[in-house]
Amino acid sequence: MTETKTPVLKVTDLGIDFGGLTAVNDLSMNVYENEICGLIGPNGAGKTTVFNMLTKVYQPSRGTIELCGKSTEKMSTIEVNRAGIARTFQNIRLFMNMSVLDNVKTGLHNDISYGTIESILRLPRFAKQEKEADAKAMELLKIFGLDEKADVIAGNLPYGEQRRLEIARALATDPKLLLLDEPAAGMNPQETDELMKTIRFVRDHFKIAILLIEHDMKLVMGICERITVLNFGMMLAQGTPAEIQSDPEVIKAYLGE
Amino acid sequence: MAFLSYLISGLGLGSVYAIIALGYSMVYGIAKMLNFAHGDIIMAGAFASFFAMTAAGMPLIAAAAIAMVLCTLLGVTIERLAYKPLRNASSLSVLITAIGVSYFLQNAAQLMFGSDTKIYPTVLNGSFSLFGGQLSVSYLSIVTILTCVVIMGALTLFINKTKTGKAMRACSEDKGAAVLMGINVNRIISITFAIGSGLAAVAAVLLCAAYPSVYPTLGSMPGIRAFTAAVFGGIGSIPGAFLGGLMLGVIETFAKAYISTQLSDAIVFAVLIIVLLIRPTGLLGKKVSVKV
Repeated sequence: MTETKTPVLKVTDLGIDFGGLTAVNDLSMNVYENEICGLIGPNGAGKTTVFNMLTKVYQPSRGTIELCGKSTEKMSTIEVNRAGIARTFQNIRLFMNMSVLDNVKTGLHNDISYGTIESILRLPRFAKQEKEADAKAMELLKIFGLDEKADVIAGNLPYGEQRRLEIARALATDPKLLLLDEPAAGMNPQETDELMKTIRFVRDHFKIAILLIEHDMKLVMGICERITVLNFGMMLAQGTPAEIQSDPEVIKAYLGE
Repeated sequence: MAFLSYLISGLGLGSVYAIIALGYSMVYGIAKMLNFAHGDIIMAGAFASFFAMTAAGMPLIAAAAIAMVLCTLLGVTIERLAYKPLRNASSLSVLITAIGVSYFLQNAAQLMFGSDTKIYPTVLNGSFSLFGGQLSVSYLSIVTILTCVVIMGALTLFINKTKTGKAMRACSEDKGAAVLMGINVNRIISITFAIGSGLAAVAAVLLCAAYPSVYPTLGSMPGIRAFTAAVFGGIGSIPGAFLGGLMLGVIETFAKAYISTQLSDAIVFAVLIIVLLIRPTGLLGKKVSVKV
């Protein structure tokens, strides 16, 4: 079906070793445009390690990562970000002492092209671009229902809103692929329901691909179109939610025999 | 009246400390390292402006500008060559490297310019009287205090209102997350060193105008006092460096005037110890709470 199109993300035989320990091995997966994919697995399976390799925080030992058909092998973390991968973190890593608006504006960093000298002299381009950045950031905040809290210091937001702000900040970098690391961690069922709606909305509104790590099976089974299961760094299964739920290997890994 | 006059000269001295302390504090806030070679950048700025005025016959402002450019380049070069390769090393390695850079700069200066003390040209001489001649205020003190206030204001605007400033704040909080937002952390650290070193050159000119002797170890004592001021105010905090610098200058001047010239350093450091006992993160430092 979609196999003929170039995937947004194409991972082939990916692996990484830490000293003698192989954390991830032989992982292959594709994520297509407008698709929400899940990456699940028991604790310590290597899910976040995969995210760290995709964003080049770690350099993979083996295999290739292609973003829209372009290999990221030689790219640094910043270059990968500019090429179109944005992410959130398992433990929230907002800039806690900055305002909600400024957090999103850091994500717009590459959009703003005025130089230091121009900002010191307050040339017209500075004012114009700052205004544009403000408008763009506010638009994003509105989507996440945070526009009224733009001036609040991020650290003072309640937990659920911090999670949403992190997604807004990641989206500000204008990604083609958004990586969400346990977006529903610590949320109550109602917040999780809202988050599912938000994730779908983000996909439809921004036309991007989303790959998410999550332990909340209701969320994963509810919104992911395809799921990859990792166990001990190895790919255990891949398929639609229905296929995954009935896969005996997956059930064994999660529940034990 | 004597009190007022001591206060003004104390604020003058404190302004110089504050400008130097800003360099320590910004670098610490963003690169999370203590740049003990910062004092020797002041020395480089002093020599640069000294030779610009004496050998090249330039006016004060031009000499100060030359010193700023040279110190900025020196600061960025030191960062690139000595500190950048150690970005992922332990903070102890970086600290020892900084001390090494400090000795290197001092000895290089001694080799190039000799160890004898050179007399800095007299700049900004004179004073004016207030209250019918009872209070005499030197122009230099006023210029120094104003310079410090202007620098402080400009820096605050820069940090809070510009994209680079925002990126600096982001880097100081979480470098890993900043990189993933597309911020070039290495560039931000370079800019921080550039600003800190440029300010050190300004401090050098103001310092030499007040104490007109230039020698290779000139930077170490003001450097250590300004470092103390940065810790005093809360290291990493820009208003903290400003407040700490001013207070340190005033305390030092009062101690010299009212208690003992010889004991002034002891008194300054005793005050520091007391402040740190009461507020371990400094006057304006943030409370660090460790989550369990």
